[in-house]
Amino acid sequence: MARIFTYIIHKGGAVDDSAAELAVAARKIDASASPTAIVAGYGAELDAICDSLRAAYGEVWKLSNEALSYPNAELVRKALIKVLPAGSIVLVPHDHFGLDLSPGLAIKMNSPFVSDAVNIEGIEGTYLKLVRQEFGGQVSCHVRCDISSGAVINIRPGAFKAAENTPASGTVVDKSAEVGALAAGRRYLETVASEAGDVDITKHDVLVSIGRGIQEQENVAIAQELADAIGGAVSCSRPVVDAKWLDKSRQVGSSGKTVKPKVYLACGISGSFQHLAGIKGNPFIIAINKNPKAPIFQVADVGIVDDLLELLPELTNKVRETVKVK
Amino acid sequence: MEILVCVRRVPDTSENEIQLNSAGNDIERDDLVYSVNEWDNYAVEEAIQIVDRVGGNVTVATVGGEDDEEILRREMAMGAKHGVLISDEAFNGSDGRGYATILAAFVKKGKYDLVLTGVQAEAGEAQVGGMMAAMLDYPFASLVNSIEVLDGKLKVSREIEGGNKEMNEIDLPCVLSIQTGINEPRYVGIRGIRQVASVEIPSYGASDLGLDASVIGEAAAKVKRVDYFVPAMTKGAEMLQGDREEIAGKVVDLIKAKGGLK
Repeated sequence: MARIFTYIIHKGGAVDDSAAELAVAARKIDASASPTAIVAGYGAELDAICDSLRAAYGEVWKLSNEALSYPNAELVRKALIKVLPAGSIVLVPHDHFGLDLSPGLAIKMNSPFVSDAVNIEGIEGTYLKLVRQEFGGQVSCHVRCDISSGAVINIRPGAFKAAENTPASGTVVDKSAEVGALAAGRRYLETVASEAGDVDITKHDVLVSIGRGIQEQENVAIAQELADAIGGAVSCSRPVVDAKWLDKSRQVGSSGKTVKPKVYLACGISGSFQHLAGIKGNPFIIAINKNPKAPIFQVADVGIVDDLLELLPELTNKVRETVKVK
Repeated sequence: MEILVCVRRVPDTSENEIQLNSAGNDIERDDLVYSVNEWDNYAVEEAIQIVDRVGGNVTVATVGGEDDEEILRREMAMGAKHGVLISDEAFNGSDGRGYATILAAFVKKGKYDLVLTGVQAEAGEAQVGGMMAAMLDYPFASLVNSIEVLDGKLKVSREIEGGNKEMNEIDLPCVLSIQTGINEPRYVGIRGIRQVASVEIPSYGASDLGLDASVIGEAAAKVKRVDYFVPAMTKGAEMLQGDREEIAGKVVDLIKAKGGLK
């Protein structure tokens, strides 16, 4: 069985949740595996990061190099190529870094790549069987990957539940000397923080959140009327921002804001994992969608199959009546 | 600047409800409405806007069959100067690496300063651009949501977590995967498509690209889809039934009960 490695995402000295999730995913490939965590970076914080991983991992490889002060995927790839044994299985979180790193890493390792796996079924001969989703989560599929020459596998964040922590018994191995000089055709300049919008959707108890189902810019007013009646705010999913119907600051999701309302009304939102990643704090989710198979109904508490353009005005009337009666 | 945009024709999820077929091993492919992959359309628009600013030409290419010509013409109607169909039976059954191999071979035949793809297509794999870049030893950036042309290089921003932007400088030639929302793709009317209806679209096959059967097609594919399925239902939402007014009443009661309405 090939050796399994996981790539550790860390920021500002803190280890990302995916680190513990990847350890669980590795053991789903091979229950007896002792996966090795790879921590690339630079500076004093690296030692504490490596140390914190000794509970979930039998071995932690430290790659310290000034060029890796910021995780530029091309530089990280070059560092990994120098230290990884041929035929390794490498697990990477399917986030903005994993999208940048993994396809090219697979080519340079001459091994296959499986993107955005949501589950692992196990090994059948030289094949690893995994579960993916297609069409924005509308259907799932089984994928078979020939792992005889290793593999690079991107794992969806949140798909595997972190295990209870075991005692910190792993060892840290400093592999920095094997990395050597690194240079890339792409250079990190700076991170520009998102601009604050007119409304802070992270501060509201009720969000009337709209997706592609709102259809037209003029219809945004229908959601706004409901939000106004309740005393909440209008948020949205990515297609509404792409269409420039609402400002980026209104977007809920992994590339938008993380919100923690009490009630989340998902109106015409299909429920992609990137969108759901932005909803925290276990709010009561009410989903309205014309498509009874929309993935949002899997995670919502209450669902209604209806045209939001018809239902929202009715809701607004009801809310106004209720408020008036009081 | 000579820009190549790799595009793909996919079932349009805003027009189709994707369902399993009766055998349960594939999606129902009859009566699907196809269109250009949404991400790719943003990539073509971006390429056209860059050429409008700094000069050059936009070429759109797709790996597929005759049916895929329609999206090439659509993108040409937007303003891409050339369309190329990369087509061969030997390509059938390729995995992501196979498609990247085919496209990288095509890139090598031309002289492109910049190669764009969409971030991902219907399978959500987001892999061909990054693979192609590694094969060509070009730098790569994924999730690009702005491009500024500098001398011999670009300044690009990548969409990272929390709506933040990661700014990078990247040497040309390079490969970028384009995120939706980077621009507002122009509308294409029937008239525009008619104007490019008779433009010849050259076709390239495996031998034109010097591709050996061992690196493409089903035999070379190490990643294969076995079947489609619907996962066992989790608890799922409690579905509210009744007429609209009744449902609205229930929803308002729920919002109230959950502390959302005082």
